[in-house]
Amino acid sequence: MSHTEQPVHVTRRLQKEESASYDRSTLDYIHRASATGLYEIRGLGAKRKLPHFDDLVFLTASLSRYPLEGYREKCSTRTVLGTRFAKKPIVLDTPITIAGMSFGALSANVKEALGKAATAMGTTTTTGDGGMTPEERMSSKTLVYQCLPSRYGFDPDDVRRADAIEVVLGQGAKPGGGGMLLGQKVNPRVAKMRTLPEGVDQRSASRHPDWTGPDDLAIKIQELREITDWEKPVYVKVGATRVFNDVKLAVHSGADVVVVDGMQGGTAATQTCFIEHAGIPTLAAVRQAVAALEDLDMKGTVQLIVSGGIRTGADVAKALALGADAVAIGQGVLMALGCNRDTYQQDGQIHSAEAGYAALGTAPGYCHHCHTGKCPVGVTTQDAVLEQRLEPEWGARHVRNYLKTLTMELTTLARACGKQDVHHLEPEDMVALTVEAAAMARVPLAGTNWIPGQN
Amino acid sequence: MEDLSFDLAVQTVRALNQFLHGPADTLAGRHVRVSNPDGAHNIAVGINAPVKVTIEGHAGYYAAGMNKFAEVVIEGSASTGVAENMMSGKVHVKGFASNSAGASAHGGLLVIDGDAGLRCGISLKGGDIVVGGSVGSFSGFMAQAGRMLVCGDAGDALGDSLYEAVIYVRGTIKSLGADAQIEPLTEADIASIAELLAAGGLQHEPASFRRVASARTLYHWNADADQEY
Repeated sequence: MSHTEQPVHVTRRLQKEESASYDRSTLDYIHRASATGLYEIRGLGAKRKLPHFDDLVFLTASLSRYPLEGYREKCSTRTVLGTRFAKKPIVLDTPITIAGMSFGALSANVKEALGKAATAMGTTTTTGDGGMTPEERMSSKTLVYQCLPSRYGFDPDDVRRADAIEVVLGQGAKPGGGGMLLGQKVNPRVAKMRTLPEGVDQRSASRHPDWTGPDDLAIKIQELREITDWEKPVYVKVGATRVFNDVKLAVHSGADVVVVDGMQGGTAATQTCFIEHAGIPTLAAVRQAVAALEDLDMKGTVQLIVSGGIRTGADVAKALALGADAVAIGQGVLMALGCNRDTYQQDGQIHSAEAGYAALGTAPGYCHHCHTGKCPVGVTTQDAVLEQRLEPEWGARHVRNYLKTLTMELTTLARACGKQDVHHLEPEDMVALTVEAAAMARVPLAGTNWIPGQN
Repeated sequence: MEDLSFDLAVQTVRALNQFLHGPADTLAGRHVRVSNPDGAHNIAVGINAPVKVTIEGHAGYYAAGMNKFAEVVIEGSASTGVAENMMSGKVHVKGFASNSAGASAHGGLLVIDGDAGLRCGISLKGGDIVVGGSVGSFSGFMAQAGRMLVCGDAGDALGDSLYEAVIYVRGTIKSLGADAQIEPLTEADIASIAELLAAGGLQHEPASFRRVASARTLYHWNADADQEY
């Protein structure tokens, strides 16, 4: 062997050198795109790693601060939303609410389970696109009714039946884009509620039909107030993009509550390019939203609900510490119902769902096939057989337990920070583990006094 | 029953609407006259009773919004979103209507004697809209069900992304929107047009209208998407 020759194992590795720009997943993307001529549509939220609440930690009490006893001392979780104009604000026992998810995306059984769990926990559910079902109204004591661009099934009787109205401008998973419901999920009941032909691939509008811009929105909100005789809080929900300006404009338009949904927020179906490449992380969105409220001296007058990738009690505590009044959870709640679980329970028996996942070409732990309507655990489906796999009582119990766990974790962290009320958590209670998170959340990098961009 | 008057020069829209949200049986059959509307927004919104309301002048945004059962007459013109999301009843605009007239209406009848602005009948979900004059661009956008009759002309992108709503136009159509197409009139269409003309108190030859409906090519995504790769 001459000295200019490479050792054979090096040659072998060089022959298989992977490209960073054109890695397996990019190659798969290009091969798929070239085979289909259509963008990929899927459910759930961003899968890539993003700066998130995991990048923050609490500075719980020690010698300089005094903790409360973890199990005994009072720590309030009471949360009031809609105190600005509404005669009947929403009073919650926990700051954790259930995010808007439609009947259509979810089965009627699931909507019923969510309503029961929320009622037991003293919190709210939210209707989603496609109208209000009687199941949901009956099971959910406090129900938020969404007014979306599509206005599918929008009915003034339901406006009157609701406890709050949420005007939806956008969603964290797809800010600037309308919803989708693929034909498999547009069964006769869904089609009738939405006034659509059965089985069409439904594309929701991305703009409201009867207003354009914040000055119009102010009049639209006034209309909703007039119709409800100024009783019900009006929320405005935005997907997190230009959060500082959008929150200010929502307040200007007369919102009682602003809902900001970060890019980790989920969806039942949208283009992958939206899910992964539009909007800003929830962590960055919270602080911008709070800054906007503070700038207008509206903190405490207009409440802030944050959503998008809130999974744990720690996430809730961090969102509240950054200035949110409440959070909304969508995907976490679906997972509590069994999303991505390998089994489901039906008629008291545990059944494997593996075959269902395999039929979708996936496996429990990786599934994002909400858009197909073939959810193997009966959550995101309209199929008459599959939807039976989620029994409302079982689902309600699991969601209730999940919300209970999160609320316990939240108060545990709050007590350790010396707070008698979870709303007393503040940014000063936290530091960041990464420079990015420090800059976005505007808290110091751990072990330093450095907040990038601030000092 | 005697007429009842609200003078918006001295009374508030809030007081008017609160009155109109009273028990349906006490409102039924009554006639409420609203003077000096002066373009106020949200006049007579959310009515849920068979009451008659006459607005004696111009109305602002969302006049008669989300109407159920009531008959609302606007003697002047109406701003954006007149009769938006109407469920039933009748709204009659004697002047012109601005943008998004009858947006997402699920039922009822909206009659506009003059012209209507942009996006007339956008997201229509049922019910009928009769326009004596012309309509602006993007009218019938994503309309899902119901009928629109336009006696004058239509602007650009008429009926873009239509579902099952049908639009009849007598004058010129500047351009059709994506997936909208002109189809031959059937006997049923002629009867529909005659019925809508009568409802609007208009006299034209039904056969002089053209029918615009969905070509239904956007109902499903690219069929090649299912191919193996």
